[in-house]
Amino acid sequence: MDHAFYKNIAASLLVGALCVMGFADAKDVNPPPLRLATTTSTENSGLLAALLPVFEKKYGAPVRVISVGTGQALKLGERGDVDVVLVHAREDEDKFVAAGFGVNRRDVMYNDFILVGPTADPAGIRGMKRVGEALKKIHETGATFVSRGDESGTHIMERRLWKEENIVPVTSPDARRYLSAGQGMGAVLTMSGALGAYTLTDRGTFVAYKSRIGLDILVSGDPRLANPYGIIAVNPKRHADINFAGATALIDWITSAEGLKLIASFKVSGEQLFFPGVPPAAGYRKAGLTNGAG
Amino acid sequence: MELVDATREAFRLLLSGDGTLWTIVWISLRVSLLALLIATPPAVALGFFLAVASFPGRRACVIALQSLLSFPTVVVGLILFLLLTRQGPLGSLQILYTQEAMIAGQAVIAFPVLAAFALSAVQGADLRVRETALALGASRAQASWTTLVEVRFAVVVGVLSGFGRVISEVGCAMMVGGNIAGITRNIPTAISLETSKGDFAQGIALGVVLMVFAVGANLALAWAQGRGGLD
Repeated sequence: MDHAFYKNIAASLLVGALCVMGFADAKDVNPPPLRLATTTSTENSGLLAALLPVFEKKYGAPVRVISVGTGQALKLGERGDVDVVLVHAREDEDKFVAAGFGVNRRDVMYNDFILVGPTADPAGIRGMKRVGEALKKIHETGATFVSRGDESGTHIMERRLWKEENIVPVTSPDARRYLSAGQGMGAVLTMSGALGAYTLTDRGTFVAYKSRIGLDILVSGDPRLANPYGIIAVNPKRHADINFAGATALIDWITSAEGLKLIASFKVSGEQLFFPGVPPAAGYRKAGLTNGAG
Repeated sequence: MELVDATREAFRLLLSGDGTLWTIVWISLRVSLLALLIATPPAVALGFFLAVASFPGRRACVIALQSLLSFPTVVVGLILFLLLTRQGPLGSLQILYTQEAMIAGQAVIAFPVLAAFALSAVQGADLRVRETALALGASRAQASWTTLVEVRFAVVVGVLSGFGRVISEVGCAMMVGGNIAGITRNIPTAISLETSKGDFAQGIALGVVLMVFAVGANLALAWAQGRGGLD
């Protein structure tokens, strides 16, 4: 009986606390903070630091940014650890939505990947038009290539490019040709610089690092290297405590004229890194998808 | 529930002899054991010297050695990186992002642990051992050797303790090894990577192996200490 009594008390206290919290919520003008999982490229380049304060002011609450690889960002969304994800791996984004983990996916912007390497360019790929051809040459000449190897968007893109050339790059301790580093873009660029190796990188991180690492842009401009970013709200039906209103507000704002204009005006060392909307090359997505599947 | 599933998957990986996983374990063991092998002789010699010698500044040396015990491993990694990078003073060795660099880092990290254990072991040894040996006509070198044999279990305790420190060290291994798959990816850096990928099974499996090593080292430690107390 005593037990039931205490249970009742506990229950009333809990209900009471919930009421107070509810009232506090209702009275509070400020909406709850928003949790955003995104890739290191948006965070490291400084784009988010330029965008989010404007949104935070409008929205009235802070955005907490967790910057990880695309793979983990999507997993965080899947588990309901964040409210919204901003990533770049189109196929995985579609899978994420198809599996019911996310809703309201929208294209935001794109930037591009580039193939960088030592100034001496031992594989002789400088200025090649087709990125696949350049990778093939790197592979054939036995030059060192450092891979992210961390299931990030960049790594997923790199794997697809190798696959399109029917090359399976393998790591072996004797021939240090293909090194799977399992680290972030900054670390991989530092490593490539120190080893005089080639690597695939997003332009933003490269611009931020290039003065320190001594690598050159050798191949760029292939439509295959376009890197579109999408934003997805975590499905509130799967996780009841998700801040869906906040996620929707961010999605609406970032794809609004104001958000897109801010993205276009963001520059690092005088260079525009992100372009609003979807990549111009119409063939890009189709080619990427068919090749990725086959 | 994710933890349960991932743990079940982890044990499946361990028992199925997953090649990638055991390569990582092998790299960890190889690097750490070689580092201890390299660091132990000079560290024990230094510990012994500081215990028996008397010279001005000895006390400062002992204090310096003891403060090195808590020297952050990432700082060791940073210094080693700056030494080994292409433009660095040892850049011509070209060993950055190799197992050799990791071994060097772990040897540096283990060194103060080994030396401090040897120092306190020799200080704690019965002085009469050395005196008796000298009185019986042993040379200084022979007397030193007798003392070392006397404190061998305490030195083993130091080695095991150093093993515990280096086998689980992630900062320096990541910085100078580079976490390259199949070459410099050891247990701690792999766990760090798997967690960042959200692939917990592999991380847990490696964590289990790491804990088995830790328990093994501690059991050996208990045994060695027990033996040490027998005399």
